[in-house]
Amino acid sequence: MTNRFKQLSLSTLFLVLFLCSAAAYAEHQKLIMGRSVDAFPESMSALQEEIKKAGYVLSFVQRVDVGLTGMGFKTDKYRVVFFGKPEEIKELPEKYPELVPYLPLAIAIFAEEQETVLTAMSPDFLGPAYLKEHSELKVIFNRWKKDIETIIEGVCYQ
Amino acid sequence: MKIKFNWIFCGLSFLLGSTLLLTAGNVLAATDKSDQASLAMGSELFQTKCSVCHGSEGSGGVGMPLNLDDFLKTTSDKYLQQTIRLGRPGRVMPSFSELSDVQVQSLIKYIRSWKPDIKPPVYDQAHIAGDKEKGKQIFNAICINCHREEGIGGKGTGVTFSRPRDAEIIAPAIGNPAFLAAASDQMIKRIIMTGRESTPMMAATSMGLTEKDVDNVVTYLRSLSKGVALEHDHDYAPGAAVLTYESSYSLEETINNIKAAAIGYNFRYIREQTLNRGFVEKDQENKNQYLVYFCNFNFLNQALSIDPRIGMFLPFRATIMKKGDTVLVMTVNPNYLCSLFNNAELREGCEFMSEKYEAMLEESTL
Repeated sequence: MTNRFKQLSLSTLFLVLFLCSAAAYAEHQKLIMGRSVDAFPESMSALQEEIKKAGYVLSFVQRVDVGLTGMGFKTDKYRVVFFGKPEEIKELPEKYPELVPYLPLAIAIFAEEQETVLTAMSPDFLGPAYLKEHSELKVIFNRWKKDIETIIEGVCYQ
Repeated sequence: MKIKFNWIFCGLSFLLGSTLLLTAGNVLAATDKSDQASLAMGSELFQTKCSVCHGSEGSGGVGMPLNLDDFLKTTSDKYLQQTIRLGRPGRVMPSFSELSDVQVQSLIKYIRSWKPDIKPPVYDQAHIAGDKEKGKQIFNAICINCHREEGIGGKGTGVTFSRPRDAEIIAPAIGNPAFLAAASDQMIKRIIMTGRESTPMMAATSMGLTEKDVDNVVTYLRSLSKGVALEHDHDYAPGAAVLTYESSYSLEETINNIKAAAIGYNFRYIREQTLNRGFVEKDQENKNQYLVYFCNFNFLNQALSIDPRIGMFLPFRATIMKKGDTVLVMTVNPNYLCSLFNNAELREGCEFMSEKYEAMLEESTL
């Protein structure tokens, strides 16, 4: 066995172990979170870009920090970004009205000193409440989860 | 003949020595490479699993700061390993029980790499047998001021970055069963004896405590773990994902009722809109699906101070939908959402808010 081969084997082993753990963790993960080393304004722009790139429409940005400071509380930048696909926002409420309180999808984004934290609820979390009666929603939940992960990873790790 | 024998002996010795040296060199090189690979794995794991709460360089955030000298000087690898494995039930930190031993060790190696000059302490596992009652008295006179009753920990999470807090670092939950399972008596004693620089935790002598007093406090703390389950969300029943009420009124009347009820329950009306606003042209909006947003800023501020991640469900909102002849009013169930956060303190707020939501929905639909 050459040294290079040994090195590759070791790296492959660690990579496999790492990916296995990531998959296992994702199985019960309820929150999708990420930290960007960029400051809030850059991260906010990146988030908007990533949402568009993933094929979603950004419908509203709730400026939580503006509301809080307006009422005399101190806070750093804090926004909630709502987004969705127009056809889903049109069709899902007709079929599944009880899903509407969780629509559109949302990602909270807030400053932590010079870095930025993003958090979203994993659609997996809705599984126990909806899939028993509507197992067909699993496909949609899985896609949302993958898309939210891609969006947050896009902001944080690219 | 003797000379020839010496030459053979020297030659064999040389060969053996060279082989040993080469083997040792290979072992060292392999160890070095394996260390590097482990460190790389730890770094990657930290960035994907830990940095979001503990900061990209361990300086804290939603989670505790990990890169403080005194933290690394006083915590053992065993404590770190158990903390990663068990998390802190009810205190934000989840359990990473799915990580392999190799992965946990690589994480610890990475955390230690921030301060390579600090040697990890190894503590004797012997229990301290002090006076529990005397320890309780001291705890309730001094420690309770930061760590609160039975060591449930300070309010809020981590350090003051995004939000104003009372302390730079929130006092840890030293009565938490997972903390007590991770920390040995000797480790707790050492921390109380020396205090922790860069945090409000003073040394025992500065608080007027003797070594015997400290032993008593440790004995009291240890007694708190007896009979307490380590599982997260052990007996928590979050209820339905959505609170739904059927209205006896028309859509317009129900919207007005909701706004009036929200104001009556100390919320501030923020705005109303159709569900599909922002997704279609204004003239194509569906007027049978409405969202009414309202907020209690005082509660919002408190909730964000306890756990800033809760903001993804804010501001509060009611969905009013007309489906055939039926008008439905729905909100998310704060109790259900709370089970996302592993935060016992937030749960109290969610229970309070769920009750308020139910009362508001009932009032505006009956």
